[in-house]
Amino acid sequence: MDEENGEGVAKKFLYVNRKAPYGTIYALESLEVVLIGAAFDQEVSVAFLGDGVYQLVKGGDTKGVEMKNFSPSYGALDDYDVNQLYVEQEAMQARGLVEADLVVNVEVVSAERMAEIMESQDVILSF
Amino acid sequence: MTMLHTVNKSPFDNGTLRCCLKFARQGSAVLLIEDGVYAAAKDTAVSKDVQAAMGSVAIYALRADVEARGMQNRVMDGVRLVDYEGFVDLVVEYSAVQSWI
Repeated sequence: MDEENGEGVAKKFLYVNRKAPYGTIYALESLEVVLIGAAFDQEVSVAFLGDGVYQLVKGGDTKGVEMKNFSPSYGALDDYDVNQLYVEQEAMQARGLVEADLVVNVEVVSAERMAEIMESQDVILSF
Repeated sequence: MTMLHTVNKSPFDNGTLRCCLKFARQGSAVLLIEDGVYAAAKDTAVSKDVQAAMGSVAIYALRADVEARGMQNRVMDGVRLVDYEGFVDLVVEYSAVQSWI
């Protein structure tokens, strides 16, 4: 570990998800980047804003659209020590969703709190 | 002449549905597909607008897209679910199709 030139220092990474799954490739790409990034021992958080909250909705069955159902993979994030998942309260409310509708345990936060979380990061990747 | 309108964008992320409903005339039909199916869910910030539109236009949603997104138990009363064959039937039934993208 050589902290002086920044090598070996764990940085705080935040992945921001703002798109619904399946309609575009963003959600799946983000999930893959999160899982790959998790191998590098960084401090990872994932935020779900706006339509991004739809990525976590339970009960999806993709047989009819012939696409891979990737929602079980969110459950695997914890195995990679990615367990800081933040969901925007206002987005849930606008879509008639409650925490019990989601596939994983999350922290539902206000926009104000979400802004604080964003400000506390070293690196933010947006999808 | 009555038309079939298709909407494939989420009503929360995009003004496509709003624009479609503004121009959809009495007797026409709106088929929600892909991320457009989120507009079929009940108890959301846009469900009132969709309900109001049902007074003059028929609202359909593509079942495979509804199921892929886990919305099958949230579809509001009055929205009719169709499969891909039903999609084709609607295309045949109406005089023209406008794909709002």
